[in-house]
Amino acid sequence: MSTTLTTTAGQREAVPARPAYRVTGRRVLRAEWAKLWSLRSTWITLGLGLLFLVAFGLIAATRYRSGIGSGRMDRDFARSTAVSLSLFGTNFAQLALGVLGVLVTAGEYSTGVIRSTMAAVPRRLPVLWSKAAVFGVVALVLGTSGAFVAFVFGSRIVSGTPAALGLSHSGVVRSLLGAGLYLGLVAVIGIALGALLRSVAGGISVLVATLMLIPGLVTLLPSSWQSDFSPYLPSNAGKAMFALTQDSGTLSPTSGLLVFLGWTVLALAGAAYRLVRSDV
Amino acid sequence: MIEAQQLTKRYGEKTAVDGLDFTVRPGTVTGFLGPNGAGKSTTMRMIVGLDAPTSGSVTVNGRRYAQHRAPLQEVGALLEAKSVHPGRSAHNHLKALALTHGIPGRRVDEVIELAGLGSVARKRAGAFSLGMGQRLGIAAALLGDPQTVMLDEPVNGLDPEGVLWIRNLLTQLASEGRTVFVSSHLMSEMALVADHLIVVGRGRLLADTTVRDLIRETGGDTVKVATADPARLRDVLAGPDVVVTGRVGSEELQVTGLTAREIGLKAAEHGIALFELSARTVSLEDAFMELTRDAVEYHGTTGVESLGRPA
Repeated sequence: MSTTLTTTAGQREAVPARPAYRVTGRRVLRAEWAKLWSLRSTWITLGLGLLFLVAFGLIAATRYRSGIGSGRMDRDFARSTAVSLSLFGTNFAQLALGVLGVLVTAGEYSTGVIRSTMAAVPRRLPVLWSKAAVFGVVALVLGTSGAFVAFVFGSRIVSGTPAALGLSHSGVVRSLLGAGLYLGLVAVIGIALGALLRSVAGGISVLVATLMLIPGLVTLLPSSWQSDFSPYLPSNAGKAMFALTQDSGTLSPTSGLLVFLGWTVLALAGAAYRLVRSDV
Repeated sequence: MIEAQQLTKRYGEKTAVDGLDFTVRPGTVTGFLGPNGAGKSTTMRMIVGLDAPTSGSVTVNGRRYAQHRAPLQEVGALLEAKSVHPGRSAHNHLKALALTHGIPGRRVDEVIELAGLGSVARKRAGAFSLGMGQRLGIAAALLGDPQTVMLDEPVNGLDPEGVLWIRNLLTQLASEGRTVFVSSHLMSEMALVADHLIVVGRGRLLADTTVRDLIRETGGDTVKVATADPARLRDVLAGPDVVVTGRVGSEELQVTGLTAREIGLKAAEHGIALFELSARTVSLEDAFMELTRDAVEYHGTTGVESLGRPA
């Protein structure tokens, strides 16, 4: 018995030489933050996303202003507001952010980093939550600031036209925040699709199909189905989040947010299931 | 310490790892040998939890890998080369891994120096040669100062200097009391570093033995003798542990259990003329081929469950 005690004591003395490391949620978050910014593609794609968001908004505003006097403008465009014009770039920014989201997860599989990542965090799920949180927040901040910048300049361009609106106008700030939130959630959906499909090409295809192709395809359905169905599609529910006005065929901003959030949660849950269940 | 119990992995119909039982002990270098496709990499992936076993279990220092608080401190693993993003620098790759465990930045610099990557640590890993990628993988494996180091084909793509570096590193790690588990399909390489060997073929355990025993078991101590009077020599050499074989009417005999020197002395003592006396040296390579050939032959037949596994 005494020998056992001495050996234990001896080992105890040896232990302080080895620092006690430990994996925690916060540390995984920091690691994912560092990983995101240590790739050049992150900077480039985020730069493009911001450029698309602001530049296309300003281009749309400029076109509106130059077209308004001519009377040859198409009817939809003529009904635009400073908000809808400034947020015209969301369509393109969502692609940049969604694709980068896919790259953040699926890129780990294509390059093999996933093996290092999962060996360091074998419980796996903290990695998915951290990636979604880090990149979701980055996209949210970028999207929100981009939306405000686009509006501030876009509304100046269209001032004095029927589209003119100020920040203090009811619903404007809500729309701009909604656009930022939408882009943040698109980024999270990108993360989830990349983790679910484990393929960059597959993830991007599904993302583009979901956000851009399916709404077009739905118009082929009988119109009675369309009206039941179409507002709940991810793209349409998402757009409702930042639309200034609603018509009978669209959801309210709050319901749009809830539906889009539902899609995001669904995609993340699928990704989490695959991550836990299948071999890396 | 790595312990596998009835570890099995099936991919559909194919069984990659088939009921492996083995223990890898601290303080020595244990070689994990088998031809390509023997299930070595799959076994190693299961050890660090990348693949889930179909049945059976494997533990590291008494627990499943994923249950450790600081997995990188328990096992440092080099799996396939290049588990690095080509756009990220070696330094940033290691730093991200370190951050998950709260490993300080100076340890990152330490392993970079240790792996000899100091001059390229800030460059994009995509530009790395196979050998540099391998060194980066080893740096990552050593990052957590782990008790157990597990390397899958570490000498792949390394130049002679790198191979020597690995050999010294492995021996040094083992002498520090760590568990060192190294896979290879090159027996000759293993012979130089490993003390203990775990040999697998087609997912099954073929041998769990030491390098010396393996050579002896596969006939490493056979001596070939040619003599004018084989019948008399047989009588002279006869003894409890001695086995003498030879074709009838041939001058040649194969003797096990005696050294060439002992045979020569005995023959001289009895005045028997010898024409040839040579110890048949079996390299580890031969021993390995012998073992794995058996595994292949075994799979060609059916119903002989125990052949592939010496007790």
